[in-house]
Amino acid sequence: MTINRRFFLRDSGLVIAGAGLAPLWLARAAETGSGGGARRKVLVALFQRGAMDGLNAVIPFNDKRYYSMRPSIAIPAPGKPGGALDLDGRFALHPSLAPLKTLWDRKQLAIVHAAGSPDATRSHFDAQDYMESGTPGRKSTRDGWLNRSLPPSIAPSTPLRAIAMGSRLPRTMRGANSAVAIGSIRDFKLDEKQSKGALEAMYSGTRDVDLAAPGRDTFEAMKLIEAIDRKPYSPVSGASYPSSKFGQSLQQIAQLIKADVGVEVAFAEIGGWDTHTAEAQRLPNLLSDLGGSLAAFCADLGDRFEDVTVVTMSEFGRTAHENGNGGTDHGHANVMLVAGGSAALKGGRMHGAWPGLEREQLYEGRDLAVTTDFRAVLGELISGHLGVTELDRIFPGAEGLAAKRLGLLA
Amino acid sequence: MKNSLAFSRLWLLAAPALLLTGAGSDNAFTRKLAKDRKPEHTLNRLAFGARPGDVEHVQKIGLDKWIDGQLHPERIPANPLLVDRLKPLATLSLTLAEVAEQYPLKAAAPKAKKGSAAAPPAKTLRDLLTLDEIRQLRQGKPEEQLDFLESLDKEKRIAVLNALPLGLRRPLLAGGSPELRREALAALGRPAAMLTADLVEAKIYRALYSDRQLEEVLVDFWFNHFNVYLNKGPERLMVAAYERDAIRPYVLGKFSDMLVATAKHPAMLYYLDNWQSVDPKAMEAVVKRRGGAGFNKPLAKKARGLNENYARELMELHTVGVDGGYTQEDVIAVARSFTGWTLLNPRGGASYIFAGRLHDKTEKTVLGNKIAAGRGEADGIEVLAILARHPSTARFISRKLARRFVADQPPQALVDRMAATFTKTQGDLREVLKTMIGSPEFFSEGAHRAKLKSPFELVISATRALNANVTSALALAARVEALGQPLYRKEEPTGYYDTADEWTNTAGLLARLNFATALAANQVQGAQVEIAGNAAKSGLALASPEFQRR
Repeated sequence: MTINRRFFLRDSGLVIAGAGLAPLWLARAAETGSGGGARRKVLVALFQRGAMDGLNAVIPFNDKRYYSMRPSIAIPAPGKPGGALDLDGRFALHPSLAPLKTLWDRKQLAIVHAAGSPDATRSHFDAQDYMESGTPGRKSTRDGWLNRSLPPSIAPSTPLRAIAMGSRLPRTMRGANSAVAIGSIRDFKLDEKQSKGALEAMYSGTRDVDLAAPGRDTFEAMKLIEAIDRKPYSPVSGASYPSSKFGQSLQQIAQLIKADVGVEVAFAEIGGWDTHTAEAQRLPNLLSDLGGSLAAFCADLGDRFEDVTVVTMSEFGRTAHENGNGGTDHGHANVMLVAGGSAALKGGRMHGAWPGLEREQLYEGRDLAVTTDFRAVLGELISGHLGVTELDRIFPGAEGLAAKRLGLLA
Repeated sequence: MKNSLAFSRLWLLAAPALLLTGAGSDNAFTRKLAKDRKPEHTLNRLAFGARPGDVEHVQKIGLDKWIDGQLHPERIPANPLLVDRLKPLATLSLTLAEVAEQYPLKAAAPKAKKGSAAAPPAKTLRDLLTLDEIRQLRQGKPEEQLDFLESLDKEKRIAVLNALPLGLRRPLLAGGSPELRREALAALGRPAAMLTADLVEAKIYRALYSDRQLEEVLVDFWFNHFNVYLNKGPERLMVAAYERDAIRPYVLGKFSDMLVATAKHPAMLYYLDNWQSVDPKAMEAVVKRRGGAGFNKPLAKKARGLNENYARELMELHTVGVDGGYTQEDVIAVARSFTGWTLLNPRGGASYIFAGRLHDKTEKTVLGNKIAAGRGEADGIEVLAILARHPSTARFISRKLARRFVADQPPQALVDRMAATFTKTQGDLREVLKTMIGSPEFFSEGAHRAKLKSPFELVISATRALNANVTSALALAARVEALGQPLYRKEEPTGYYDTADEWTNTAGLLARLNFATALAANQVQGAQVEIAGNAAKSGLALASPEFQRR
């Protein structure tokens, strides 16, 4: 095995000294002569657990029914006190999403309203499961759509191709391709170094089918992360992340992308959207966290932003009418945000068809109807941005997705 | 606590398991487990793992007799060690009214006492202590720091705690005695934090030390089944009482009794919002007549109509299951049946009341059953009865129990047998468990080590395996959280999922390895281990893939 004694990856500051420390994939990288850290396209999926109220995030302010159905929680039209931020004369952003308005104005944010799942379930668990597996209505799917979306592994494959922030690996990311869950970059290490060799031997030798893969991934990823973390990270100026868990998740994804360690897909989540009560008090905090974190992330990526596309999703929308407690109950369609620095992104415009809010236009007479299958949005990004075109394999049962292009990417 | 446990024993626990395939095939569930493996298997399923000597103890009194004892915990005397550990946790036995009075969510500001004098400026450490003392407090070992604090008189101690930076104060309080913590939290104006500390400590002490192990495993299972979230509003005032009054008494009793107890408990009524769900027309009338005041101010302010949250989760998660055969119309009919099930004083000393005037009295149809018009609280009670006796509930509960106690994908024949018992006995949970334990699948190769331990199970079983002397459990609780399972803080009503794929990932695995080595090396605060021999080897045993299974 030949490997340079000092191995530099781009100019990211990542230095691994000594062949003994170099993980296997790096050795392979040296052999093939291709840098493991070549710039790659990255797709970032953000899951809003609990079902965001999309009608109060991106507001159809021209629709009178919106105001009559939501007497106490509607967001005032643009121009009024506390009013929403006009996007295109028909839709407007919740004021707490103000940080995203800049992205919209730069054509780096596209919005798909009335997107969702064709499945009718209003169960959080089932709907999240379907959205994460990418197979609505089918519970037997074992893996997640983002894992299936990974491009065929070009040697060398790095242990950090697929990363999820948090102490669990989300369903979206589970599957045949290696994927790592990272609680925090700083803590991703063994506290007691002396046992490292013995522990690694134990896990590389195990026949336990549930633990062998995470065991291998843990030790491979640890070597790489330890190398990165020698340099303290500070976001570029102007990128100020909220101190929330979600903000910290995005900051760390940015750190890993910028370290050029081969990230291709990433996942983070933000919970608490199940606003059955007191939505006027609760939603603004959630949206500021979402908008503030996302805007900071895009700014922090700097010139790498052109390689990155971010997409948000939430398991279903909420009732078009407010409920008896200043909140909303479980509904159907929602809104998805697509942000990216690629020139191909058709940002600064609304995509998808608007179904309307008249009673007969509502799904089951109560919820915003789905006009865009969430898989059409994801499929377009997977094929157009990641370059993986086998959408029938990634979304089995959703034939003809390729034909349903929304035109999110040029 | 002298631990003469040799590694050979630990390695035995973590043993050369033959079946590491995760989900055994149905065939493996027909192969009998070797007799000498049964005690250890039983202790991994009906208890939180074996302590040194437990296997021998079970062998000595006989497996069947031991199991029978666990099914009748009231016959097992309380472990004096546990009694001793629980004694200082004074909030556990309080009523909701007492909690609200003694541990209010927002304490009266400690500085704003009567009289006009402005509060004196807060003292710094330098005002209070000598430089030597400060150095001792900043750099000493945790035990030394605590001894020093305890040596001060109460007034000075509080002042010092107030002056300490948060990063230093938190671990000190976590490691200190409950009395010290109570004193400090009260002085710092955060008395309600004491409730959470007591609750979490008690859960860990009981899992570690209770001789009624099955009861603790079941309380863990059923709390998770009827999950509530500690951090939602005033929920922290209610959770201990909820577990004590609505879960614990019923874990070997009737399912329908537990269902009613949870439905009426303030913790559930608040968590799933039912306390705010009212008949819109009725509320309008009440507000008009009374001007919104008088009757129930918090409610009149917030509630103007129906809230579906409880109704949906009641069917999806508590009883029939998501495929149990209900529709959106059923969800609405159930929600209407529970209108008026509300709370007095939700934010302090909450109590359940049925407010007949806010109840939707019109006729409803739930899962094909007509509920006559003109009634009151009986509507909700009838819905609970319909759901409790529904065949989907028997199957759903049986499958979930089998998933916890047998395997991630339990054999259908076993689930069917348990469901038949559930139906025949009107949901007698002790009988359902007996059917499960008496089934060949329970003691089969397919079940043996088929389950991956949850973070809580891993932390408790490792601590038991080393026979650690735990004198403060909060550091262990922090480890459970680091592994991915913050106690009493699963926000979603689903509770934690009980299958391997929930816990097998790089972040969780790394936290497990770090916990194992720290515990064996005596680096987990409040948990002292004495290992005869090589601590590193014990750490490795606890970190091994085999020990992650039960």
